[in-house]
Amino acid sequence: MPKDDLKTGYRIVGTRPDRPDGLDKVTGRARYGADISAPGMLHAAVVRSPHAHARIIRIDASKALVLDGVKAVITRADFPTGLTGEDWNLQENTIAGDVALYDGHAVAAVAATSKLLAQDAARLIEVVYEVLPHVIDVDAAMQPDAPVIRAGTADHSVPEGMHPNVVKYIDFGHGDLEAGFAAADLVRAQTYKTEATHQGYIEPHACLGQMGADGKGEMWVCTQGQWYIRRMCSAVLGTDASQLRVTPSEIGGGFGGKTTIFMEPLALALSRKAGGRPVKLVMSRAEVLRATGPTASASMDVKLGMKADGTLTAAQVNFRMQGGAFIGSSPVGEALSCALACYTIPAVHHEGYEVLANRPKAAAYRAPGSPMAAFAVESLLDEMCRELGLDPLAVRLKNAAREGAKASYGPTYNRIGLVETLEATMAHANLKVPLGPNQGRGVASGFWFNHGGETSVSLAIGEDGTVTVSVGTPDIGGSRASLGMMTAETLGIPYEAVRVNIVETGALGVNEPTHGSRATFASGLAAVEAAKQAIKTMCARAAAEWGIDADAVEWIDGAAAPAGPNAGKFPPMSIAEIGAKMGSTGGPISGHHEVTAGGFGASFGAHVVDVEVDPETGRTTVLRYLVVQDAGRAIHPAYVEGQYHGGAVQGIGWALNEEYVYGADGRLQNTVFLDYRIPVASDLPMIDTVIVEVPNPGHPYGVRGVGETGITPPLPALANAIAAATGARLRSLPMSPPKVLAAIKAKANGQG
Amino acid sequence: MRFHTPKTFEAAVAIAAAASGQTRFLAGGTDVLVQMRAAMVMPDDLIDLKHIPGVKDIARTADGGWQIGIAVSGAELGRHAGIGADWPGVVEGMQLVGSTQVQGRATLVGNLCNGSPAADSVPAMVAAGARLSVIGPQGSRDVAVEDIPAGPGRTTLKPGEVVTAVTLPPRGQNGGDAYLRFIPRTEMDIAVVGVAVNLRLEGDKITEARIALGAVAPKILLVPQAAQAIIGSTLDDAAMDALSAAAVAASTPISDKRGTAAFRKDIVGVLVKRAARIAYERAKGAAK
Repeated sequence: MPKDDLKTGYRIVGTRPDRPDGLDKVTGRARYGADISAPGMLHAAVVRSPHAHARIIRIDASKALVLDGVKAVITRADFPTGLTGEDWNLQENTIAGDVALYDGHAVAAVAATSKLLAQDAARLIEVVYEVLPHVIDVDAAMQPDAPVIRAGTADHSVPEGMHPNVVKYIDFGHGDLEAGFAAADLVRAQTYKTEATHQGYIEPHACLGQMGADGKGEMWVCTQGQWYIRRMCSAVLGTDASQLRVTPSEIGGGFGGKTTIFMEPLALALSRKAGGRPVKLVMSRAEVLRATGPTASASMDVKLGMKADGTLTAAQVNFRMQGGAFIGSSPVGEALSCALACYTIPAVHHEGYEVLANRPKAAAYRAPGSPMAAFAVESLLDEMCRELGLDPLAVRLKNAAREGAKASYGPTYNRIGLVETLEATMAHANLKVPLGPNQGRGVASGFWFNHGGETSVSLAIGEDGTVTVSVGTPDIGGSRASLGMMTAETLGIPYEAVRVNIVETGALGVNEPTHGSRATFASGLAAVEAAKQAIKTMCARAAAEWGIDADAVEWIDGAAAPAGPNAGKFPPMSIAEIGAKMGSTGGPISGHHEVTAGGFGASFGAHVVDVEVDPETGRTTVLRYLVVQDAGRAIHPAYVEGQYHGGAVQGIGWALNEEYVYGADGRLQNTVFLDYRIPVASDLPMIDTVIVEVPNPGHPYGVRGVGETGITPPLPALANAIAAATGARLRSLPMSPPKVLAAIKAKANGQG
Repeated sequence: MRFHTPKTFEAAVAIAAAASGQTRFLAGGTDVLVQMRAAMVMPDDLIDLKHIPGVKDIARTADGGWQIGIAVSGAELGRHAGIGADWPGVVEGMQLVGSTQVQGRATLVGNLCNGSPAADSVPAMVAAGARLSVIGPQGSRDVAVEDIPAGPGRTTLKPGEVVTAVTLPPRGQNGGDAYLRFIPRTEMDIAVVGVAVNLRLEGDKITEARIALGAVAPKILLVPQAAQAIIGSTLDDAAMDALSAAAVAASTPISDKRGTAAFRKDIVGVLVKRAARIAYERAKGAAK
């Protein structure tokens, strides 16, 4: 449903061609992180802390080092000192210094001639610990008696008198809160909690690193951002960024979790110590769950004021989040900014606390912070709609943020599509399906900013007129297809005539990772500009051959042509003809564009879910699921739908069964997929999608970015559906059967 | 580690009896190999039983029961029409183990000897009255399945003893069995509670019953009190309530990452009624 004044009627944009990486992936030809090997390669294993918090008294590797085939053992002593800020955090998380800060924190690593030998050697490295008191829960970590994880970490924002584990305080808002609540007919406040969840990408982290004593190195790695790997590894190792060349592998899922480093510097440091032999390091699933970056856990207070007609008058949120033992790792700021972004409310106030806990260093996870915030705000909004007897979608539409409105987080909204999204939702057939006993329907809205960022793209015309595009954003959701389509559209050539390559750090200027739903937006924008530059060159080559002015040549359907009868009568010169003779007409033809892309446009979504809850077991079955979201423009609709499906599925998992389960000893209990319960295919219905298209004026094809918003509404949508089915309101995730059954029983006993 | 491929059970026993370190028998390997990968078990001697003739066979016994080789996979069991008709509860329990890929290798005896209180095939074998043939350094013996589990990860098999076959009794007339487990997902999970019911009818009345519970005690339980609660009944509401209460009373679960003790008690009381209903309907169907 295009609602725009941008050009429509594209040849390729909006169609559904095969994805260029599809055949490689289904035939096993695609090379993932662990598929890269090199002559003389060693294998690494990592020694990890079994304690949530422990002082490292001594590390003795002598028994490992005498094994034939063990080539290097490293500890923190093999890394430079004196790092500060986030560089120090990265180094400390890569390998513990004096203190192991969480169960699974690396304390040593070994390289040997086989993986089995490396694992045997790792078991022979003796570490003596002094176990320290630990804290896991975010609220407990703020209590006066909580163990101090790292004194002096807090920044200047933290008010005096708070526990040293509180390291960051955020406070912003606008409007008269008191007057807003006074104007309301109904004011309600509640507290919500969410547990940490992992992105659950199927491919574990894997890399092959090589570094000589001269600090020159190479790395092949599964990552969302090769330049981030380069910068972070170089900082941790004390080497020059440009001396490290990083090549991204094919990637088996990232969802934000592969935008940073975890064990990559260990492979390089081992290689450096082992005389420059390449070192392969592949995590097990247990290592991924214990020692990479899940999202934060959260404890959240929300207070809303509403008039009897559903108009929101005031909103106040107070969020507390832990993102592990490192400052700056929780997405509390993003959570606050997203919390009320769907609505225009006269008075809003946000407060947030970042808190340290003995857990792994949190990483980005699909719309970081927004799902938790939505769980709190959208749940309370639903409760209040029920209390006032109002249609929850109509209330969302009444308060919906629109173009020109001041966003809850400060700026003024450009063109956005929440209203169109809610209208499409209300018109969908799923809302008319009658529900049976123990069934309930829940709705929720969601928001993500999207992102532009540092972007560099090159494009080259081949000798036969086909085109290669070099981009720096790894393809985690079909971006090679969408970039190829936009390039082909712009050049007027077939989609099949374009190959998009994800290139290494030596081939382009610095690119941010594929994060913030930016690859199709930012690399797409740059690819289009690069194509236009190449078109300009090709028109000039034709003009020179024809002996006319370059301005008198235009580009039509993949060929240069005289612009009108006055320019002269020449047959069009195709891209293939221009490519074939470019060596003699001025040399290679390419296009290039680099930009810190602004102009990105927010994406709003609305989800509707029908569930059935077994009243005797508390088990929730998802019967029906609808995702409606503004894509701006869907370049390849099938991959947009895929992103909508994926966001919904990860959200369903987070809502129902996924959680980090810790024992009283602070150790993670569920370190394999058997017990870390992501949804399996048979848990899910077919997911219905509606792509709303309110084009982003900041992109040549109207792209907004679609990857993240979809994980935001499911948490509250499921909670609202379960409340509708059972009458029991769950304010803590996951809504696993034991918790749902307990809530149903409490309700029956009059405690709900 | 030494890897052995004996051609007879006697040879397997001889290897195990002579071993001094950690020994593991290998059939499907869906537990042992996973445990080795996770460094939970590092056997000194790994004895592969799949080269012994007959371990993949399923045969009718003289009295009309079934003898199942120790390397028969879940997938093979699931495709066997005769066993599926006689003992659908046993088959559905085994088929809940792991994924399609795991089903290609996992075995009944492996599931039993892994010693998990949550093993899906074991409650149904116990309820069915399945028996094992065991051979060891002291000779052969015949033992009921319910006598094998000794606690989490432990069995009553003596060092050097190996199971050579599973025998399911003759189904007989008007019988039905069923296995149900509770998991928060739909597959690829470990039972939070498992319940097997095997019963026989005379008209509408239950004349025999065996009920086994999984994941609610340190080992899989045969619960005669639960069986008594429905014997003589037509599975009326009062019998169902008594059945539920008996199952709950027999359960001594723990709280762990897969569920709380209180939740497991609630669920065993629910599941036992649902499984009894299915077994009853199957027996009625068989009575036609």
